[in-house]
Amino acid sequence: MKALQSLLSAIIPILFTLLALAAVLRKADIFTAIRNGAKEGLSTAAGLIPSLVALFSVIYMFRASGAMDFFTDILRPAAQWIGIPAECVPILLIRPLSGSGALALGADIIRTHGVNSLIGRTAAVMLGSTETTFYVIAVYFGAADIKKTRHAVPAALVADLAGFCMAAVSTRLLFQFPVT
Amino acid sequence: MAMSKIWAAMAVLALVFGIINGKIEEVSAAALEGASAAITLSISIAGALCLWTGVMEAMKLCGFASALAKAMRPLLSFLFPEASRKPEHLEAISANVSANLLGLGNAATPLGIKAVRLMRKSDTATDELCLFVVMNTASIQLIPATVAGIRSALGCQTPFDILPAVWMTSILSVTAGIISSKLLARFVR
Repeated sequence: MKALQSLLSAIIPILFTLLALAAVLRKADIFTAIRNGAKEGLSTAAGLIPSLVALFSVIYMFRASGAMDFFTDILRPAAQWIGIPAECVPILLIRPLSGSGALALGADIIRTHGVNSLIGRTAAVMLGSTETTFYVIAVYFGAADIKKTRHAVPAALVADLAGFCMAAVSTRLLFQFPVT
Repeated sequence: MAMSKIWAAMAVLALVFGIINGKIEEVSAAALEGASAAITLSISIAGALCLWTGVMEAMKLCGFASALAKAMRPLLSFLFPEASRKPEHLEAISANVSANLLGLGNAATPLGIKAVRLMRKSDTATDELCLFVVMNTASIQLIPATVAGIRSALGCQTPFDILPAVWMTSILSVTAGIISSKLLARFVR
């Protein structure tokens, strides 16, 4: 576990070195590629700002009013039954619908409960290991002009639910948080 | 549309709970605080996001994506026996999966669209088409750069320490998606 952790903290320099070696071998112009990619990333980040402004203001209001705590407490028994911290349940509800919504909620949860807390880490793992399910389904079936999607939606939601439960389990397991 | 309803519901509930709990001043302040926090966070993660998309673009240029696509082919031809009989189909599928693994979101979508258009037979989704879409809805990113960026922006010293947990979770979630697709395909016509 200790060795894995130190390997992980070196993952970025290792990747950069691999990239540098590959670039030298292939005589590839990686500087231009990094710059072009970064430009793309910049437009992604800039495109995210308007949604995050709209979402953050309402999420902060929701939390400040006490509504977040109220609904978290209502959801607690059901959340505990499937093994997810109740504070992370809002992510589970928004994630399949909206990528920026889940990002804003997740960031708010991580900020409120701390980056290294069980809740903060579970939220991060949830965000990192799931996708905006309904958006992906709409894009692909729309592009292929499919009218009958059959079992795609239920199967995708099973995968999401499994992911959310596993996010809580893996965080507890790997960061040795006590089981409550 | 769904997000409009959620936004509206949260705004109304914030007002109602603010009044009940006597916290209406905090709610007003929170609206502005949230808006400015959105800008702060966006700017702090923009650097990580740009760096990552840049490095990934360079990795694609150096052949990392195509090497990964090649490595994925045996597993994918096992999952997609029908598509694997046509090299063009298998190539589009594996290119999409490897782009997803590397977090090349902007490259993965056009590749995936190419794959679904090739695999399409009629306006009813085939078993393999459903499986392909389900695999795309279950994220299989090796390095979740955006989340790492958020954690680091919020003061985390080790933003990548969640990677093993993310991998475990992704593997289980994709496996659950594959199994449920294969099972449900028998019942839903």
